[in-house]
Amino acid sequence: MSPVRNIGRRLARRRASGSGILQPLAVGWLVVLWILLWGRVTPGLLVTGLLVAVIAIALFPLPRLDVEGRVRPLPALLFGVRFAWDVVRASVEVATLAFRRDQEAPTAVIGVPLVTRSDLMLTLVSEVLSLVPGSLVVEIDRHDAIVYLHLIGVRDREQVERERRRARETEARMIRAFGSPTDRRALEARP
Amino acid sequence: MNDVLDVVSAVCLLLGAALSLAAGIGVLRFPDVLSRMHAASKPQVLGLLLVLIGVGLRLRTGFDITTLVLVAVFQLATAPVAAHMVGRSAYRTRRVRRDLLLVDELGERLDEAARRDGAGDAPPPAA
Repeated sequence: MSPVRNIGRRLARRRASGSGILQPLAVGWLVVLWILLWGRVTPGLLVTGLLVAVIAIALFPLPRLDVEGRVRPLPALLFGVRFAWDVVRASVEVATLAFRRDQEAPTAVIGVPLVTRSDLMLTLVSEVLSLVPGSLVVEIDRHDAIVYLHLIGVRDREQVERERRRARETEARMIRAFGSPTDRRALEARP
Repeated sequence: MNDVLDVVSAVCLLLGAALSLAAGIGVLRFPDVLSRMHAASKPQVLGLLLVLIGVGLRLRTGFDITTLVLVAVFQLATAPVAAHMVGRSAYRTRRVRRDLLLVDELGERLDEAARRDGAGDAPPPAA
């Protein structure tokens, strides 16, 4: 974790990221957003939307990102359903905890090493982990791809380990749904 | 048909309101900032989504619904990030009930980094 190695790695990342698909995608999304906010579609709105989008992207260019994953319909559906269910369960769980009498129950902070080496996937996994039961991301170590989770409602070490497994399974589902080939291979290689 | 939709809408609105209330109570009652962020990021998000669904079922016009979808998308994308930012600064400024922690692997990691660098205060683990 020396600074020199860090910089070298960052440079390598920059060189590796070739796909410039993000900028046009962002422009497209901004135009759609513009139309939705106006609430109707006219040629004039399309033109102004495009103009605003291009100016916004030119002024605030997005960092380049590797987008090499491909969405697989069935695993993606599986992930979507499980995610929706998890969000509901998480909400009910935390809501119940709010009414519990003893507010001095233990919590925990654990580090979960992830398989992925992609910034995009790391971001998405962290977002999802914050929304599903038990966990909240307190820190992300991008260099080693470790997310640190705060756990609530854990009574003992066993439950802590269960949460750790659950976080890893969540990542696995996401990689299967839309991970890059590299991540997929890394996932298979994981013991 | 419309009656059925109205009933479903009412149920969604009430459930959403109840979850938001629970989230509020959680924010009040939980012992430290990190626990409070759980309340602010989970029941609150689902509560809002349910309220949006309820409103959508009641309005039933295309562009109102797309606006509601936008609200939902932004909520799902931003709430975890906001909770993470607050949680991260809370942890780093030591506003954590350490006595309640069963395990603290981040603390171990930061201490280790501090020892290695020989500095008094723990630097971030490679941001």
